[in-house]
Amino acid sequence: MALVEIKSLHKSFGSNHVLRGIDFTVEQGEVVCVIGPSGSGKSTLLRCVNLLETPQEGQVIVRGEDITHPDCHLDEARQQIGMVFQQFNLFPHLSALANCTVAQRTVLKRPAEEADRVARANLERVGLSDKIEAYPAQLSGGQQQRVAIARALSMDPALMLFDEPTSALDPELVGDVLTVMRKLALDGMTMLVVTHEMAFAREVADRVVFMDGGVIVEQGPPAEVIGNPKEERTRTFLRRVLDPTHVEPTP
Amino acid sequence: MSTETEARPADAAPDRPGAINAVPVRHPGRWVAIAVIVVLVAMLVHLLVTNKAFDWSFVFEAMNQQPVINGFLKGTLLVTVLSMVVGVGGGVVLAVMRLSDNPILSGVSWVFTWFFRSIPRYILLFTMGTLGILFPQGIAFGIPFDWKIIDWLGMSGDWRFFTLDANQVFTGLVAGVIGLGLSEAAYMAEIARAGIMSVDPGQAEAAEALGMSRGKVMRRVVLPQAMRVIVPPTGNETIAMLKDTSLLLAVPVIGELFYQLQSIGSTYYKTFPIAVAATLYYLAATSVLMVGQYFLERHFGRGFGNKAPRAARPAGAGGA
Ligand SMILES: Nc1ncnc2c1ncn2[C@@H]1O[C@H](COP(=O)(O)OP(=O)(O)OP(=O)(O)O)[C@@H](O)[C@H]1O
Ligand SMILES: [Mg+2]
Repeated sequence: MALVEIKSLHKSFGSNHVLRGIDFTVEQGEVVCVIGPSGSGKSTLLRCVNLLETPQEGQVIVRGEDITHPDCHLDEARQQIGMVFQQFNLFPHLSALANCTVAQRTVLKRPAEEADRVARANLERVGLSDKIEAYPAQLSGGQQQRVAIARALSMDPALMLFDEPTSALDPELVGDVLTVMRKLALDGMTMLVVTHEMAFAREVADRVVFMDGGVIVEQGPPAEVIGNPKEERTRTFLRRVLDPTHVEPTP
Repeated sequence: MSTETEARPADAAPDRPGAINAVPVRHPGRWVAIAVIVVLVAMLVHLLVTNKAFDWSFVFEAMNQQPVINGFLKGTLLVTVLSMVVGVGGGVVLAVMRLSDNPILSGVSWVFTWFFRSIPRYILLFTMGTLGILFPQGIAFGIPFDWKIIDWLGMSGDWRFFTLDANQVFTGLVAGVIGLGLSEAAYMAEIARAGIMSVDPGQAEAAEALGMSRGKVMRRVVLPQAMRVIVPPTGNETIAMLKDTSLLLAVPVIGELFYQLQSIGSTYYKTFPIAVAATLYYLAATSVLMVGQYFLERHFGRGFGNKAPRAARPAGAGGA
Protein backbone atom coordinates (compact mmCIF):
# COMPACT_ATOMS: atom_id res chain seq x y z
CA MET A 1 0.00 0.00 0.00
CA ALA A 2 1.26 3.44 -0.89
CA LEU A 3 2.03 5.74 2.02
CA VAL A 4 0.26 8.66 0.35
CA GLU A 5 -2.24 8.40 -2.43
CA ILE A 6 -3.71 11.48 -4.06
CA LYS A 7 -6.75 11.07 -6.26
CA SER A 8 -8.07 13.66 -8.73
CA LEU A 9 -7.32 16.59 -6.46
CA HIS A 10 -8.85 19.97 -7.33
CA LYS A 11 -8.25 23.23 -5.50
CA SER A 12 -9.37 26.75 -6.38
CA PHE A 13 -8.88 30.07 -4.68
CA GLY A 14 -11.99 31.94 -5.76
CA SER A 15 -12.01 31.81 -9.53
CA ASN A 16 -8.33 30.82 -9.66
CA HIS A 17 -8.33 27.08 -10.43
CA VAL A 18 -4.89 26.18 -9.05
CA LEU A 19 -4.88 22.37 -8.92
CA ARG A 20 -6.68 20.79 -11.87
CA GLY A 21 -6.87 17.10 -11.12
CA ILE A 22 -3.71 15.73 -9.52
CA ASP A 23 -3.17 11.99 -9.21
CA PHE A 24 -0.07 10.49 -7.72
CA THR A 25 1.30 8.29 -5.00
CA VAL A 26 4.29 8.26 -2.72
CA GLU A 27 5.57 4.85 -1.64
CA GLN A 28 7.06 4.09 1.75
CA GLY A 29 10.73 5.16 1.78
CA GLU A 30 10.49 7.04 -1.49
CA VAL A 31 11.94 10.51 -2.07
CA VAL A 32 9.83 12.49 -4.52
CA CYS A 33 10.90 15.93 -5.74
CA VAL A 34 8.31 18.27 -7.20
CA ILE A 35 9.61 20.86 -9.64
CA GLY A 36 7.85 23.41 -11.81
CA PRO A 37 7.53 27.10 -12.58
CA SER A 38 6.38 29.66 -10.02
CA GLY A 39 2.63 29.65 -9.52
CA SER A 40 2.17 26.16 -10.92
CA GLY A 41 0.60 25.00 -7.63
CA LYS A 42 3.50 23.09 -6.02
CA SER A 43 3.07 24.66 -2.59
CA THR A 44 -0.69 24.30 -2.81
CA LEU A 45 -0.33 20.59 -3.58
CA LEU A 46 2.03 20.10 -0.63
CA ARG A 47 -0.29 22.01 1.70
CA CYS A 48 -3.20 19.84 0.59
CA VAL A 49 -1.32 16.73 1.73
CA ASN A 50 -1.64 17.79 5.39
CA LEU A 51 -4.79 19.79 4.77
CA LEU A 52 -3.38 23.23 5.51
CA GLU A 53 -5.45 23.92 2.40
CA THR A 54 -8.78 22.16 2.00
CA PRO A 55 -9.23 20.79 -1.52
CA GLN A 56 -12.64 21.22 -3.15
CA GLU A 57 -12.54 17.83 -4.81
CA GLY A 58 -10.56 14.61 -4.65
CA GLN A 59 -8.99 12.55 -1.89
CA VAL A 60 -5.77 12.48 0.06
CA ILE A 61 -5.21 9.02 1.51
CA VAL A 62 -2.46 8.65 4.09
CA ARG A 63 -1.74 5.06 5.19
CA GLY A 64 -5.13 3.98 3.92
CA GLU A 65 -7.07 6.72 5.72
CA ASP A 66 -8.85 9.38 3.69
CA ILE A 67 -7.89 12.55 5.54
CA THR A 68 -10.21 14.72 3.45
CA HIS A 69 -13.17 12.82 4.90
CA PRO A 70 -15.09 14.93 7.44
CA ASP A 71 -14.95 12.15 10.04
CA CYS A 72 -11.17 11.94 9.91
CA HIS A 73 -9.39 13.12 13.02
CA LEU A 74 -7.23 15.72 11.33
CA ASP A 75 -4.90 16.47 14.25
CA GLU A 76 -4.00 12.80 14.50
CA ALA A 77 -3.38 12.52 10.78
CA ARG A 78 -1.09 15.53 10.89
CA GLN A 79 1.05 13.98 13.63
CA GLN A 80 2.39 11.49 11.10
CA ILE A 81 3.28 14.21 8.59
CA GLY A 82 6.15 16.57 9.30
CA MET A 83 6.33 19.83 7.40
CA VAL A 84 9.24 22.17 6.76
CA PHE A 85 8.42 25.64 5.47
CA GLN A 86 10.27 28.00 3.19
CA GLN A 87 10.25 30.67 5.94
CA PHE A 88 11.17 28.16 8.72
CA ASN A 89 8.23 29.30 10.94
CA LEU A 90 10.10 28.45 14.12
CA PHE A 91 8.39 29.59 17.32
CA PRO A 92 10.45 32.69 18.20
CA HIS A 93 9.46 32.71 21.88
CA LEU A 94 10.87 29.23 22.47
CA SER A 95 14.44 27.95 22.49
CA ALA A 96 15.60 25.47 19.87
CA LEU A 97 15.04 22.65 22.35
CA ALA A 98 11.56 23.88 23.35
CA ASN A 99 10.63 24.24 19.68
CA CYS A 100 11.30 20.51 19.40
CA THR A 101 9.54 19.50 22.62
CA VAL A 102 6.37 21.62 22.67
CA ALA A 103 4.34 19.44 20.30
CA GLN A 104 5.74 16.20 21.74
CA ARG A 105 4.55 17.29 25.16
CA THR A 106 1.17 18.75 24.23
CA VAL A 107 0.15 16.52 21.32
CA LEU A 108 1.86 13.18 21.91
CA LYS A 109 1.72 13.66 25.72
CA ARG A 110 5.25 12.40 26.08
CA PRO A 111 6.78 12.86 29.53
CA ALA A 112 9.24 15.75 29.80
CA GLU A 113 12.32 13.54 29.96
CA GLU A 114 11.44 11.50 26.91
CA ALA A 115 10.53 14.61 24.88
CA ASP A 116 13.80 16.17 25.91
CA ARG A 117 15.78 13.10 24.91
CA VAL A 118 14.06 12.84 21.51
CA ALA A 119 14.57 16.55 20.86
CA ARG A 120 18.27 16.42 21.74
CA ALA A 121 18.77 13.37 19.54
CA ASN A 122 17.15 15.12 16.59
CA LEU A 123 19.03 18.37 17.12
CA GLU A 124 22.20 16.32 17.11
CA ARG A 125 21.04 14.59 13.95
CA VAL A 126 20.87 17.98 12.18
CA GLY A 127 24.24 18.99 13.64
CA LEU A 128 23.05 21.53 16.20
CA SER A 129 23.75 19.94 19.57
CA ASP A 130 25.63 23.13 20.54
CA LYS A 131 22.61 25.38 19.84
CA ILE A 132 20.06 23.70 22.10
CA GLU A 133 19.44 26.72 24.32
CA ALA A 134 19.54 29.33 21.54
CA TYR A 135 16.44 31.24 20.48
CA PRO A 136 15.62 31.32 16.76
CA ALA A 137 16.63 34.99 16.46
CA GLN A 138 20.12 34.02 17.59
CA LEU A 139 20.53 31.46 14.79
CA SER A 140 21.47 31.83 11.14
CA GLY A 141 18.90 31.00 8.50
CA GLY A 142 20.52 27.64 7.80
CA GLN A 143 20.57 26.78 11.48
CA GLN A 144 16.94 27.84 11.87
CA GLN A 145 15.88 25.61 9.01
CA ARG A 146 17.76 22.68 10.55
CA VAL A 147 15.98 23.29 13.88
CA ALA A 148 12.71 23.28 11.92
CA ILE A 149 13.66 19.90 10.46
CA ALA A 150 14.53 18.59 13.93
CA ARG A 151 11.21 19.92 15.24
CA ALA A 152 9.29 17.97 12.59
CA LEU A 153 11.40 14.83 13.10
CA SER A 154 10.76 14.91 16.85
CA MET A 155 7.18 13.84 16.19
CA ASP A 156 8.46 10.63 14.53
CA PRO A 157 6.57 11.30 11.30
CA ALA A 158 6.04 8.72 8.59
CA LEU A 159 6.33 11.37 5.89
CA MET A 160 8.20 14.65 5.64
CA LEU A 161 7.01 17.52 3.45
CA PHE A 162 9.51 20.18 2.41
CA ASP A 163 8.36 23.37 0.67
CA GLU A 164 11.40 24.98 -0.92
CA PRO A 165 13.40 24.56 2.29
CA THR A 166 16.47 26.35 0.94
CA SER A 167 14.89 29.18 -1.08
CA ALA A 168 15.08 31.74 1.74
CA LEU A 169 18.73 30.96 2.52
CA ASP A 170 21.94 32.67 1.55
CA PRO A 171 23.75 30.50 -1.01
CA GLU A 172 26.54 29.55 1.39
CA LEU A 173 24.03 28.14 3.90
CA VAL A 174 22.09 25.99 1.44
CA GLY A 175 24.63 23.16 1.57
CA ASP A 176 24.19 22.44 5.30
CA VAL A 177 20.42 22.02 4.94
CA LEU A 178 20.72 19.85 1.84
CA THR A 179 23.28 17.67 3.64
CA VAL A 180 20.79 17.06 6.43
CA MET A 181 18.06 16.21 3.91
CA ARG A 182 20.37 13.86 2.02
CA LYS A 183 21.14 12.05 5.27
CA LEU A 184 17.42 11.76 6.02
CA ALA A 185 16.81 10.24 2.61
CA LEU A 186 19.61 7.72 3.18
CA ASP A 187 18.04 6.81 6.53
CA GLY A 188 14.96 5.76 4.59
CA MET A 189 12.64 8.68 5.41
CA THR A 190 9.74 9.14 3.01
CA MET A 191 10.03 12.65 1.63
CA LEU A 192 8.01 14.90 -0.64
CA VAL A 193 10.17 17.88 -1.57
CA VAL A 194 9.28 20.98 -3.56
CA THR A 195 12.60 22.38 -4.71
CA HIS A 196 14.45 24.43 -7.27
CA GLU A 197 17.73 22.63 -6.47
CA MET A 198 18.05 20.52 -9.61
CA ALA A 199 21.37 18.99 -8.55
CA PHE A 200 19.77 17.82 -5.30
CA ALA A 201 16.73 16.40 -7.10
CA ARG A 202 18.91 14.60 -9.60
CA GLU A 203 21.08 13.07 -6.89
CA VAL A 204 18.63 12.26 -4.09
CA ALA A 205 15.17 11.82 -5.65
CA ASP A 206 13.81 8.43 -6.56
CA ARG A 207 11.24 10.19 -8.69
CA VAL A 208 10.82 13.70 -10.04
CA VAL A 209 7.40 15.22 -10.69
CA PHE A 210 7.15 18.18 -13.05
CA MET A 211 4.08 20.37 -12.52
CA ASP A 212 2.81 23.20 -14.68
CA GLY A 213 -0.54 24.99 -14.72
CA GLY A 214 -1.98 22.86 -11.91
CA VAL A 215 -1.39 19.47 -13.53
CA ILE A 216 1.42 16.92 -13.49
CA VAL A 217 3.00 17.20 -16.88
CA GLU A 218 5.59 14.48 -16.55
CA GLN A 219 7.09 12.24 -13.88
CA GLY A 220 9.72 9.56 -13.62
CA PRO A 221 13.27 8.88 -12.49
CA PRO A 222 15.39 12.03 -12.30
CA ALA A 223 17.67 10.88 -15.09
CA GLU A 224 14.67 10.87 -17.42
CA VAL A 225 12.69 13.92 -16.27
CA ILE A 226 15.68 16.19 -15.69
CA GLY A 227 18.22 14.45 -17.93
CA ASN A 228 16.04 13.71 -20.92
CA PRO A 229 12.58 15.28 -20.65
CA LYS A 230 9.93 14.16 -23.09
CA GLU A 231 7.61 17.15 -22.83
CA GLU A 232 8.36 20.48 -24.44
CA ARG A 233 7.09 22.38 -21.35
CA THR A 234 9.55 20.50 -19.12
CA ARG A 235 12.40 21.26 -21.50
CA THR A 236 11.59 24.99 -21.57
CA PHE A 237 11.43 25.09 -17.78
CA LEU A 238 14.69 23.22 -17.29
CA ARG A 239 16.49 25.42 -19.82
CA ARG A 240 15.42 28.46 -17.83
CA VAL A 241 16.36 26.97 -14.44
CA LEU A 242 19.64 25.35 -15.39
CA ASP A 243 20.85 28.36 -17.37
CA PRO A 244 19.27 31.49 -15.89
CA THR A 245 21.22 33.77 -18.27
CA HIS A 246 19.73 32.01 -21.25
CA VAL A 247 17.35 34.27 -23.17
CA GLU A 248 14.53 32.78 -25.19
CA PRO A 249 14.82 33.89 -28.80
CA THR A 250 12.01 36.30 -29.53
CA PRO A 251 10.31 35.57 -32.82
CA MET B 1 30.16 24.82 10.40
CA SER B 2 33.03 26.70 8.96
CA THR B 3 30.77 28.44 6.46
CA GLU B 4 28.81 30.07 9.24
CA THR B 5 31.47 31.26 11.62
CA GLU B 6 32.21 34.22 9.40
CA ALA B 7 29.86 36.98 10.49
CA ARG B 8 29.06 39.35 7.70
CA PRO B 9 29.86 42.93 8.65
CA ALA B 10 26.30 44.09 8.25
CA ASP B 11 26.84 47.54 9.67
CA ALA B 12 30.37 48.38 8.55
CA ALA B 13 30.54 49.63 5.02
CA PRO B 14 33.92 48.65 3.59
CA ASP B 15 34.70 51.92 1.82
CA ARG B 16 33.73 54.49 4.40
CA PRO B 17 35.35 57.91 4.15
CA GLY B 18 37.76 58.81 6.98
CA ALA B 19 36.54 60.68 10.04
CA ILE B 20 35.98 64.41 9.51
CA ASN B 21 37.91 66.75 11.75
CA ALA B 22 34.82 68.55 13.01
CA VAL B 23 34.39 71.24 15.64
CA PRO B 24 31.80 70.12 18.25
CA VAL B 25 28.49 71.91 17.82
CA ARG B 26 27.76 74.42 20.56
CA HIS B 27 24.35 74.46 22.22
CA PRO B 28 23.80 77.88 23.83
CA GLY B 29 20.03 77.23 23.94
CA ARG B 30 20.58 74.18 26.07
CA TRP B 31 22.29 76.18 28.82
CA VAL B 32 19.50 78.74 28.86
CA ALA B 33 16.95 75.95 29.20
CA ILE B 34 18.87 74.35 32.06
CA ALA B 35 19.05 77.67 33.90
CA VAL B 36 15.31 78.25 33.52
CA ILE B 37 14.52 74.74 34.75
CA VAL B 38 16.81 75.06 37.77
CA VAL B 39 15.06 78.27 38.80
CA LEU B 40 11.61 76.71 38.35
CA VAL B 41 12.56 73.63 40.39
CA ALA B 42 13.92 75.85 43.16
CA MET B 43 10.65 77.77 43.22
CA LEU B 44 8.67 74.53 43.40
CA VAL B 45 10.74 73.13 46.27
CA HIS B 46 10.44 76.43 48.11
CA LEU B 47 6.67 76.33 47.64
CA LEU B 48 6.40 72.73 48.83
CA VAL B 49 8.47 73.34 51.94
CA THR B 50 7.35 76.76 53.09
CA ASN B 51 3.73 77.11 51.99
CA LYS B 52 1.50 76.49 55.00
CA ALA B 53 -1.37 75.25 52.83
CA PHE B 54 0.42 71.95 52.30
CA ASP B 55 0.27 71.13 55.97
CA TRP B 56 2.48 68.07 55.53
CA SER B 57 1.93 66.65 58.98
CA PHE B 58 -1.81 66.58 58.33
CA VAL B 59 -1.20 64.99 54.91
CA PHE B 60 0.78 62.12 56.38
CA GLU B 61 -1.55 61.70 59.29
CA ALA B 62 -4.53 61.46 56.95
CA MET B 63 -2.68 58.94 54.80
CA ASN B 64 -2.02 56.86 57.86
CA GLN B 65 -5.65 56.48 59.02
CA GLN B 66 -6.89 52.89 59.02
CA PRO B 67 -10.04 53.50 56.87
CA VAL B 68 -7.86 55.28 54.31
CA ILE B 69 -5.33 52.45 54.22
CA ASN B 70 -8.16 49.93 53.92
CA GLY B 71 -9.75 51.98 51.17
CA PHE B 72 -6.46 51.99 49.30
CA LEU B 73 -5.81 48.27 49.74
CA LYS B 74 -9.34 47.03 49.03
CA GLY B 75 -11.10 49.77 47.09
CA THR B 76 -8.14 50.73 44.94
CA LEU B 77 -5.60 47.91 44.68
CA LEU B 78 -7.84 44.87 45.08
CA VAL B 79 -10.53 46.22 42.76
CA THR B 80 -7.88 47.13 40.18
CA VAL B 81 -6.40 43.64 40.26
CA LEU B 82 -9.76 41.83 40.14
CA SER B 83 -11.21 44.09 37.44
CA MET B 84 -8.12 43.63 35.31
CA VAL B 85 -8.27 39.85 35.76
CA VAL B 86 -11.89 39.91 34.56
CA GLY B 87 -10.98 42.42 31.84
CA VAL B 88 -7.92 40.66 30.44
CA GLY B 89 -9.48 37.19 30.63
CA GLY B 90 -12.73 38.41 29.11
CA GLY B 91 -10.92 40.48 26.52
CA VAL B 92 -8.84 37.56 25.27
CA VAL B 93 -11.94 35.37 25.04
CA LEU B 94 -13.80 38.13 23.20
CA ALA B 95 -10.88 38.61 20.80
CA VAL B 96 -10.66 34.90 20.01
CA MET B 97 -14.44 34.86 19.46
CA ARG B 98 -14.25 37.93 17.27
CA LEU B 99 -11.55 36.35 15.09
CA SER B 100 -13.27 32.97 14.82
CA ASP B 101 -14.88 31.80 11.59
CA ASN B 102 -18.17 31.34 13.41
CA PRO B 103 -20.32 34.40 12.57
CA ILE B 104 -22.43 34.00 15.72
CA LEU B 105 -19.44 34.02 18.07
CA SER B 106 -17.88 36.94 16.27
CA GLY B 107 -21.21 38.81 16.25
CA VAL B 108 -21.73 38.31 19.98
CA SER B 109 -18.24 39.61 20.63
CA TRP B 110 -18.86 42.66 18.46
CA VAL B 111 -22.14 43.50 20.20
CA PHE B 112 -20.56 43.11 23.65
CA THR B 113 -17.72 45.41 22.74
CA TRP B 114 -20.07 47.93 21.18
CA PHE B 115 -22.34 47.96 24.25
CA PHE B 116 -19.75 48.25 26.97
CA ARG B 117 -17.55 50.73 25.15
CA SER B 118 -20.56 53.00 24.70
CA ILE B 119 -21.38 53.44 28.38
CA PRO B 120 -19.39 55.85 30.54
CA ARG B 121 -17.88 53.95 33.45
CA TYR B 122 -19.45 56.23 36.02
CA ILE B 123 -22.92 55.52 34.64
CA LEU B 124 -22.17 51.82 34.24
CA LEU B 125 -21.14 51.59 37.90
CA PHE B 126 -24.21 53.49 38.98
CA THR B 127 -26.33 51.06 36.96
CA MET B 128 -24.57 48.03 38.43
CA GLY B 129 -25.46 49.23 41.90
CA THR B 130 -29.14 49.26 40.99
CA LEU B 131 -29.34 46.01 39.03
CA GLY B 132 -30.64 44.11 42.06
CA ILE B 133 -34.05 45.43 41.13
CA LEU B 134 -34.11 43.13 38.08
CA PHE B 135 -33.88 40.00 40.18
CA PRO B 136 -36.16 40.40 43.20
CA GLN B 137 -36.04 36.63 43.87
CA GLY B 138 -32.29 36.44 43.67
CA ILE B 139 -30.03 34.87 41.09
CA ALA B 140 -30.33 31.10 40.99
CA PHE B 141 -27.95 28.62 39.42
CA GLY B 142 -29.53 25.49 37.95
CA ILE B 143 -31.34 24.25 34.86
CA PRO B 144 -32.49 27.20 32.72
CA PHE B 145 -36.27 27.66 32.41
CA ASP B 146 -36.72 24.88 34.94
CA TRP B 147 -40.18 26.05 35.96
CA LYS B 148 -41.41 25.73 32.39
CA ILE B 149 -39.92 22.27 31.97
CA ILE B 150 -41.25 21.11 35.34
CA ASP B 151 -44.66 22.49 34.49
CA TRP B 152 -44.57 20.74 31.14
CA LEU B 153 -43.59 17.43 32.71
CA GLY B 154 -46.35 17.83 35.31
CA MET B 155 -43.88 17.74 38.20
CA SER B 156 -43.33 20.09 41.09
CA GLY B 157 -40.36 21.60 42.90
CA ASP B 158 -37.40 23.27 41.25
CA TRP B 159 -34.05 22.40 39.73
CA ARG B 160 -31.91 25.06 41.32
CA PHE B 161 -28.69 24.31 43.11
CA PHE B 162 -28.13 27.55 44.96
CA THR B 163 -29.44 31.07 44.93
CA LEU B 164 -27.63 34.33 45.48
CA ASP B 165 -29.36 37.38 46.82
CA ALA B 166 -29.21 39.81 43.89
CA ASN B 167 -29.18 42.81 46.16
CA GLN B 168 -26.04 41.43 47.72
CA VAL B 169 -24.35 40.63 44.40
CA PHE B 170 -25.04 44.02 42.90
CA THR B 171 -23.66 45.94 45.75
CA GLY B 172 -20.34 47.13 46.99
CA LEU B 173 -17.07 45.87 45.65
CA VAL B 174 -18.60 42.95 43.73
CA ALA B 175 -20.78 45.23 41.65
CA GLY B 176 -17.79 47.51 41.15
CA VAL B 177 -15.57 44.68 39.97
CA ILE B 178 -18.26 43.33 37.63
CA GLY B 179 -18.90 46.75 36.12
CA LEU B 180 -15.27 47.77 35.75
CA GLY B 181 -14.29 44.27 34.58
CA LEU B 182 -16.93 44.09 31.84
CA SER B 183 -16.10 47.57 30.66
CA GLU B 184 -12.41 46.71 30.64
CA ALA B 185 -13.05 43.47 28.75
CA ALA B 186 -14.53 45.50 25.91
CA TYR B 187 -11.36 47.58 25.61
CA MET B 188 -9.05 44.63 26.17
CA ALA B 189 -10.84 42.74 23.39
CA GLU B 190 -9.55 45.23 20.86
CA ILE B 191 -6.04 45.19 22.33
CA ALA B 192 -5.94 41.38 22.36
CA ARG B 193 -7.30 41.26 18.83
CA ALA B 194 -4.52 43.53 17.61
CA GLY B 195 -2.00 41.32 19.44
CA ILE B 196 -3.31 38.09 17.93
CA MET B 197 -3.39 39.59 14.46
CA SER B 198 0.21 40.74 14.85
CA VAL B 199 1.41 37.13 14.97
CA ASP B 200 2.52 35.76 11.60
CA PRO B 201 -0.07 33.27 10.28
CA GLY B 202 2.85 30.96 9.49
CA GLN B 203 3.18 30.38 13.24
CA ALA B 204 -0.31 28.90 13.52
CA GLU B 205 0.29 26.87 10.36
CA ALA B 206 3.50 25.40 11.71
CA ALA B 207 1.76 24.50 14.96
CA GLU B 208 -1.22 22.95 13.16
CA ALA B 209 1.13 20.98 10.95
CA LEU B 210 2.59 19.47 14.14
CA GLY B 211 -0.89 18.21 15.00
CA MET B 212 -1.81 20.77 17.64
CA SER B 213 -5.52 21.43 18.11
CA ARG B 214 -6.93 24.93 17.61
CA GLY B 215 -6.93 25.59 21.35
CA LYS B 216 -3.34 24.47 21.82
CA VAL B 217 -2.18 26.53 18.87
CA MET B 218 -3.75 29.56 20.51
CA ARG B 219 -2.45 28.88 24.03
CA ARG B 220 1.01 27.58 23.26
CA VAL B 221 2.03 29.47 20.15
CA VAL B 222 -0.12 32.47 19.23
CA LEU B 223 -0.98 34.06 22.60
CA PRO B 224 2.55 33.95 24.06
CA GLN B 225 3.73 35.89 21.02
CA ALA B 226 0.72 38.18 21.01
CA MET B 227 1.50 39.10 24.62
CA ARG B 228 4.49 41.09 23.43
CA VAL B 229 2.06 43.42 21.67
CA ILE B 230 -0.67 43.13 24.31
CA VAL B 231 1.35 43.93 27.45
CA PRO B 232 2.33 47.60 26.88
CA PRO B 233 -1.20 48.91 26.22
CA THR B 234 -2.46 46.67 29.03
CA GLY B 235 -0.09 48.46 31.38
CA ASN B 236 -1.76 51.67 30.28
CA GLU B 237 -5.17 50.16 30.89
CA THR B 238 -4.15 49.00 34.36
CA ILE B 239 -3.00 52.47 35.31
CA ALA B 240 -6.24 53.92 33.98
CA MET B 241 -8.17 51.31 35.95
CA LEU B 242 -6.30 52.23 39.12
CA LYS B 243 -7.58 55.75 38.75
CA ASP B 244 -11.08 54.72 37.66
CA THR B 245 -11.54 52.89 40.96
CA SER B 246 -12.27 56.36 42.34
CA LEU B 247 -15.55 56.07 40.39
CA LEU B 248 -16.65 53.27 42.73
CA LEU B 249 -18.52 55.93 44.67
CA ALA B 250 -21.23 55.67 41.99
CA VAL B 251 -22.14 52.07 42.98
CA PRO B 252 -21.92 53.24 45.82
CA VAL B 253 -18.81 51.87 47.50
CA ILE B 254 -17.49 53.95 50.33
CA GLY B 255 -14.58 51.73 51.29
CA GLU B 256 -12.50 53.52 48.71
CA LEU B 257 -9.42 55.71 49.02
CA PHE B 258 -10.63 59.10 47.92
CA TYR B 259 -14.01 58.90 49.63
CA GLN B 260 -12.30 58.06 52.92
CA LEU B 261 -9.78 60.87 52.52
CA GLN B 262 -12.51 63.32 51.67
CA SER B 263 -14.52 62.41 54.73
CA ILE B 264 -11.47 63.17 56.86
CA GLY B 265 -10.98 66.40 54.96
CA SER B 266 -14.52 67.56 55.53
CA THR B 267 -14.34 66.69 59.21
CA TYR B 268 -11.30 68.90 59.71
CA TYR B 269 -12.13 71.49 57.05
CA LYS B 270 -8.96 70.75 55.13
CA THR B 271 -9.44 70.01 51.44
CA PHE B 272 -6.12 70.82 49.81
CA PRO B 273 -3.94 68.51 51.95
CA ILE B 274 -6.43 65.74 51.18
CA ALA B 275 -5.86 66.21 47.46
CA VAL B 276 -2.12 66.03 48.10
CA ALA B 277 -2.54 62.83 50.10
CA ALA B 278 -4.58 61.19 47.33
CA THR B 279 -2.03 62.29 44.73
CA LEU B 280 0.80 60.71 46.73
CA TYR B 281 -1.08 57.41 47.02
CA TYR B 282 -1.80 57.27 43.30
CA LEU B 283 1.77 58.26 42.42
CA ALA B 284 3.11 55.44 44.57
CA ALA B 285 0.72 52.82 43.17
CA THR B 286 1.38 53.83 39.57
CA SER B 287 5.14 53.64 40.13
CA VAL B 288 4.82 50.09 41.45
CA LEU B 289 2.70 49.14 38.42
CA MET B 290 5.30 50.52 36.05
CA VAL B 291 7.96 48.34 37.63
CA GLY B 292 5.66 45.34 37.21
CA GLN B 293 5.10 46.22 33.57
CA TYR B 294 8.85 46.35 32.97
CA PHE B 295 9.27 42.77 34.18
CA LEU B 296 6.25 41.51 32.22
CA GLU B 297 7.58 43.06 29.03
CA ARG B 298 10.96 41.50 29.64
CA HIS B 299 9.36 38.11 30.17
CA PHE B 300 7.27 38.16 27.00
CA GLY B 301 10.05 39.74 24.95
CA ARG B 302 12.11 36.54 25.30
CA GLY B 303 13.47 35.33 22.01
CA PHE B 304 12.63 38.51 20.17
CA GLY B 305 16.16 39.76 20.72
CA ASN B 306 15.50 43.30 21.82
CA LYS B 307 18.75 42.99 23.72
CA ALA B 308 20.62 40.53 21.52
CA PRO B 309 22.52 42.57 18.94
CA ARG B 310 22.69 39.71 16.47
CA ALA B 311 18.96 39.37 16.22
CA ALA B 312 18.53 42.61 14.31
CA ARG B 313 20.74 41.42 11.50
CA PRO B 314 19.32 39.69 8.47
CA ALA B 315 19.07 35.91 8.58
CA GLY B 316 22.35 34.41 7.63
CA ALA B 317 24.57 36.76 9.57
CA GLY B 318 26.58 35.54 12.53
CA GLY B 319 26.77 31.81 13.13
CA ALA B 320 28.67 30.02 15.87
N1 LIG C 1 -4.00 31.46 0.12
C1 LIG C 1 -4.16 31.76 -1.20
N2 LIG C 1 -5.16 32.58 -1.58
C2 LIG C 1 -5.35 32.87 -2.88
N3 LIG C 1 -4.58 32.43 -3.88
C3 LIG C 1 -3.54 31.62 -3.57
C4 LIG C 1 -3.28 31.25 -2.22
N4 LIG C 1 -2.21 30.44 -2.20
C5 LIG C 1 -1.81 30.31 -3.48
N5 LIG C 1 -2.60 31.02 -4.31
C6 LIG C 1 -2.48 31.07 -5.78
O1 LIG C 1 -2.33 29.76 -6.24
C7 LIG C 1 -1.41 29.72 -7.32
C8 LIG C 1 -0.38 28.66 -7.05
O2 LIG C 1 0.37 29.04 -5.91
P1 LIG C 1 1.49 28.12 -5.30
O3 LIG C 1 2.01 28.84 -4.11
O4 LIG C 1 0.96 26.76 -5.08
O5 LIG C 1 2.58 28.09 -6.43
P2 LIG C 1 4.03 27.48 -6.41
O6 LIG C 1 4.10 26.50 -7.49
O7 LIG C 1 4.36 27.00 -5.05
O8 LIG C 1 4.92 28.73 -6.78
P3 LIG C 1 6.35 29.19 -6.18
O9 LIG C 1 7.38 28.39 -6.88
O10 LIG C 1 6.41 30.63 -6.53
O11 LIG C 1 6.32 28.95 -4.71
C9 LIG C 1 -0.87 31.13 -7.47
O12 LIG C 1 -1.53 31.72 -8.57
C10 LIG C 1 -1.26 31.81 -6.21
O13 LIG C 1 -1.54 33.16 -6.45
MG1 LIG D 1 5.64 27.71 -3.45
